[in-house]
Amino acid sequence: MSALVLNSLKKGQKARITGITNNSDLKRRLLKMGLVRGEIIEVERVAPLGDPIDVVVKGYHLSLRQEEAKLVEVEVA
Amino acid sequence: MAELTICLGGNPNAGKTTVFNKLIGAHQKVGNWPGVTVEKKEGNYSYQGKSIRVVDLPGTYSLTAYSLDERIASDFLVKEQPDVSVAIVDASNLERNLYLVVELLELGANLVVDLNMMDLVRQKKWRLDVEQLSKSLGAPVVSTVANRCEGLEELQEAIAAAAKCQAQPLKIDYGPEVENALGQLTASINTPSRWLALKLLENNSQVKEWLQGWPQGEKILHKAEVLAADLGKLIADDPETYLIERRYGFINGLMKECLAKPLDLAERISLSDKIDKIVLNRWLGIPIFLLFMWLTFKLVFDLGSPLADYIDGGFGWLAEATKTGLGENWLASLLGDGIIAGVGSVLVFLPNILILFLMIGILEDSGYMARAAFVMDRFMHSLGLHGKSFIPMILGLGCNIPGIMACRTLESRKDRLLTILINPFMSCSARLPIYVLFAGAFFAHHAGAVIFILYVLGIIVAVLTALLFKSLFFKGQVAPLIMELPPYRMPTVKSVLLQMWQRASMFVKKAGTIILAGVILIWLLSSLPVGVEYASEQSWIGQLGKVFAPLFVAPIFYRAVRLLFYGDVAALHSLHC
Repeated sequence: MSALVLNSLKKGQKARITGITNNSDLKRRLLKMGLVRGEIIEVERVAPLGDPIDVVVKGYHLSLRQEEAKLVEVEVA
Repeated sequence: MAELTICLGGNPNAGKTTVFNKLIGAHQKVGNWPGVTVEKKEGNYSYQGKSIRVVDLPGTYSLTAYSLDERIASDFLVKEQPDVSVAIVDASNLERNLYLVVELLELGANLVVDLNMMDLVRQKKWRLDVEQLSKSLGAPVVSTVANRCEGLEELQEAIAAAAKCQAQPLKIDYGPEVENALGQLTASINTPSRWLALKLLENNSQVKEWLQGWPQGEKILHKAEVLAADLGKLIADDPETYLIERRYGFINGLMKECLAKPLDLAERISLSDKIDKIVLNRWLGIPIFLLFMWLTFKLVFDLGSPLADYIDGGFGWLAEATKTGLGENWLASLLGDGIIAGVGSVLVFLPNILILFLMIGILEDSGYMARAAFVMDRFMHSLGLHGKSFIPMILGLGCNIPGIMACRTLESRKDRLLTILINPFMSCSARLPIYVLFAGAFFAHHAGAVIFILYVLGIIVAVLTALLFKSLFFKGQVAPLIMELPPYRMPTVKSVLLQMWQRASMFVKKAGTIILAGVILIWLLSSLPVGVEYASEQSWIGQLGKVFAPLFVAPIFYRAVRLLFYGDVAALHSLHC
């Protein structure tokens, strides 16, 4: 197991969410979209220009900018 | 008068609009929510002799307001307390959609849960126990496939039944620490509201604002702060995070109880994912996006402009006929030169605008709009804009009016304002004749290159203006991009046409009001002082043109300047917009 942040994952890589840094509205918004601790998240693809990324969480596709993705801490099994 | 008021709420992309359209039909009242430019739709239907008023709320993921849309929705649900609230849920994306449902149930809303898009659930071969879900949530649950009218009778029945009883708020067990704090807090609020106590522990700013108006407000707020701080220490987390995670925990339990997914381990790749493999491909993503933009642009202008010419011709004929019929007097001039010509010159845009809204409707309903934003976001974000801002900019090259009208698809106020403000710098096709005039007069040998440079210059100025406004007026306001990419869906003809008509009719209404007033003003400027030839050099508008003409170096541009004065309202169209 190694601790990482979401935007360092490669395309197609799955990881488990361990928390969101930055105690802000942004954090709570992400939580409400289902990015809660223990959830499996997968990086589906990166946009053609390198940002944003498309992740799958709770069975749906969500796009986030790298700025937002780097707040999401994950661990890879 | 309606006997019942119900509202439709739900996550974006859950099929809310489809349900609304099916319930109401085409007789909808479309306007804006008071004071903001967020579309408000409502309408009536009757069920068993009762008239039922339906309000369609903007899509929202939770009851906490992060955007204008969400604030409107949560304000309505909390303060107006409709007789019945219907939560439209995308059943194929159940887990996340249930978050809002749980929040609504905790609020104590008289809720009917509509599991929409059940066809997708069947397609995925999921087994969903609707009865068990209803029991666990403590609310009636109906399943529908709104675009095929499946289950709508049951939905209406459930709404009527729910109106007759008063629901009890849902109680989730948050564990001893939270329950203890909730108990203390509800004891100090006179109205026993668990929901209010929960929101206070969550530090919800809307609720806090609301409470300040209460007689005991300050005291309660202070108590809530102390309790929240203590709770934070006990659970070693921020209370809101903890509560959100607990709610998802509750939903997780529901999912285990009610939903069985087939056991084949190899996950099926959906059609939507297959399309995205191409549409969002690293190399193909941008060309495909540009192709769609080019197609939209072509259809709006190539298909719309010949139709516009017919309308133009029609109004021209009508204006002449009026003037011949009424003879040489001021009334004939007001009607012919002013009102008919003026309003006509705006209505000639109608074909372009209808096609534009048709295309936007297709792009939105199919799910491509979110992809377009995904592909272009990096570039637009560097200008302080949102990925979706790109579409209005491209359309601005054809004509700024549809370009600016397309801005309504942008969610944040900052993005909308910025995109509208820079749109006029995109050189619309009406400016081409003026460019040709200038370039031909000054740079006869390089006219083509000069015109091209003018276009590029416009884009550069737009970019610079965006950067300037961003740092001047919207400093530090970086709206994050947290955007769902919904599965692709085949847009239905009816829904796309209905949307097109609703949006275009708002444009026509404006032509009848604000633009009519502007047209009369310009007619006055063109006809005064009494006795001048209409819109001649001696008229006030002609003289205004002359005042500004020296700025443009040579008197031959007097004509061009005068045309600019007529501006967006009248003359631009005579130059073929």
